[in-house]
Amino acid sequence: MNFTAKELINYFKQVVEVMENEKNYLCELDRKLGDGDHGVTMSIGWQAVNKKLTNELENETDCGKISSEVGMTFLNAVGSSVGPLYATGLIKGAKVVKGKSVLNDSDLAEFWIAFANGIKERGKAEVGDKTIVDTLAPAAKTLEENFAESGDFLSAFNEAVKSGEEGMKSTTDLISRLGRSSRLGERSKGAQDPGATSAYMMLSTFLTVVKMRSE
Amino acid sequence: MKKLINSPENVVEEMIEGYVKAHPSHVRRLAENDRALVTAKETAEGKVGILIGGGSGHEPAFMGYVGDGMADGVAVGNIFASPPPAPILEVTKAVNKGAGVLYLYGNYAGDVMNFGMASDLADMEDIQVEMVLASDDVASAPKAEKEKRRGIAGEFFVYKTAGAAADFGYNLEDVANIAKKTNENTRSMGVGLSPCSLPQTGEPSFELGENEMEVGLGHHGEPGLRKAPIDTADNVADELLNSILLDIELNEGDDVAVLVNGLGSTPRMELYIMFRRVEQVLKEKGINIYRSYVGDYITSLEMGGASITLTKLDDEMKKMIDHPVDCPMFVQK
Repeated sequence: MNFTAKELINYFKQVVEVMENEKNYLCELDRKLGDGDHGVTMSIGWQAVNKKLTNELENETDCGKISSEVGMTFLNAVGSSVGPLYATGLIKGAKVVKGKSVLNDSDLAEFWIAFANGIKERGKAEVGDKTIVDTLAPAAKTLEENFAESGDFLSAFNEAVKSGEEGMKSTTDLISRLGRSSRLGERSKGAQDPGATSAYMMLSTFLTVVKMRSE
Repeated sequence: MKKLINSPENVVEEMIEGYVKAHPSHVRRLAENDRALVTAKETAEGKVGILIGGGSGHEPAFMGYVGDGMADGVAVGNIFASPPPAPILEVTKAVNKGAGVLYLYGNYAGDVMNFGMASDLADMEDIQVEMVLASDDVASAPKAEKEKRRGIAGEFFVYKTAGAAADFGYNLEDVANIAKKTNENTRSMGVGLSPCSLPQTGEPSFELGENEMEVGLGHHGEPGLRKAPIDTADNVADELLNSILLDIELNEGDDVAVLVNGLGSTPRMELYIMFRRVEQVLKEKGINIYRSYVGDYITSLEMGGASITLTKLDDEMKKMIDHPVDCPMFVQK
């Protein structure tokens, strides 16, 4: 696969659209666990990214620069806890694709593994804490294992997104151990984690983008 | 819920614009970042800079506490969301007078990450930074896990004493120690009667029955320990106070500062009725109220409810509590 900088920009624009469409759903999830603003926060951040992409990055060919600029723009638009988390993921991902205008299968796998690991380190969360990591850690693990075996990004990422989806769904029955919702204890059970959900949307949107090009 | 706004996307920006235009002799916005505000007065060379910050929607916190005797600058986040590192760094640079900068903020995951990143960036610019996190809410975690507790209204006392210590010429380490000591000696607990709504969603931040209250409610509408039928002011004050007194050792003859804080839409009338009971109980126990504060000090938009905060004072802290303050939203003579 030769995934170009232009396609990466297009992917981030797709994320902008998805987050805008799912804004209310993410807020609804967050009202059960937090202050009900996760969808608003994602929308603010991705709208800022949209402006940046349109105004300054339209002709950028360095995938690393695109990813890190998207991360910093998101961070400085939202702050919050998702700001540093997504920014760290995108900057860690940017590091492994720095200077590249076209990404091959192995670049893409490394990008997403670095993205997931960066977020995990920044948030200091483990699987089972009812956070974004419940989606990202199993997805990264599956991606790494499947890609090592097949060397094919699309099929490995397809499996990774399935693992991420299972992880996201598993948060419903978990008791939150980190972040604001951890103060809820038992009362956090029964609601799917909004951070795990938006992380899944980022992954599944990427899958949609790469699937469409391969058709 | 009805709100007097122009558009939900612009509430923070337009609030800041109004605020700096209303108080030009007190605060100014930095050209480098429109979420970075500092005192309009020139602070003394060699004075430790006090930087506060957090999400919007808690007014007077946090931007209302920039001024003489309190904070030198503030980084303003979106509603109920930590500010990003960029405005924190710009304020850091502006308020550093060669003696370093102390960051004071509440113990929330987002704030910890953003202020942490900002302090790394400040370090790269050779500015010394210390951080003290407020963790006064007894309802948010058991005593053995105090480091997990969130900061609520008790943050006010941390700003108050640290701001005074910086004015008295303490060095960075000593100002940080005063802030830590204040936090360690401060306990709060709140009760929620009605939710607020975020301008962007218009939805209530939590659900509560007509005759229910949320005991131990957080400052962003985080659910507390339990829902209970609404009770009298005296009974509610007793419950909050009991939880606080179980958590901090107070003996006959001890001095405390008391804050009865409104969450946004609770009238002063009710806050004073609560304070009345707090005074009765403390008097019975022989605990002396050294200074009291009653009003909206750290709010959650139009949330209904209140919190009680006690800070145990030693002689040094009394001096800090007595120090005069002149901020747009808080004056103490």
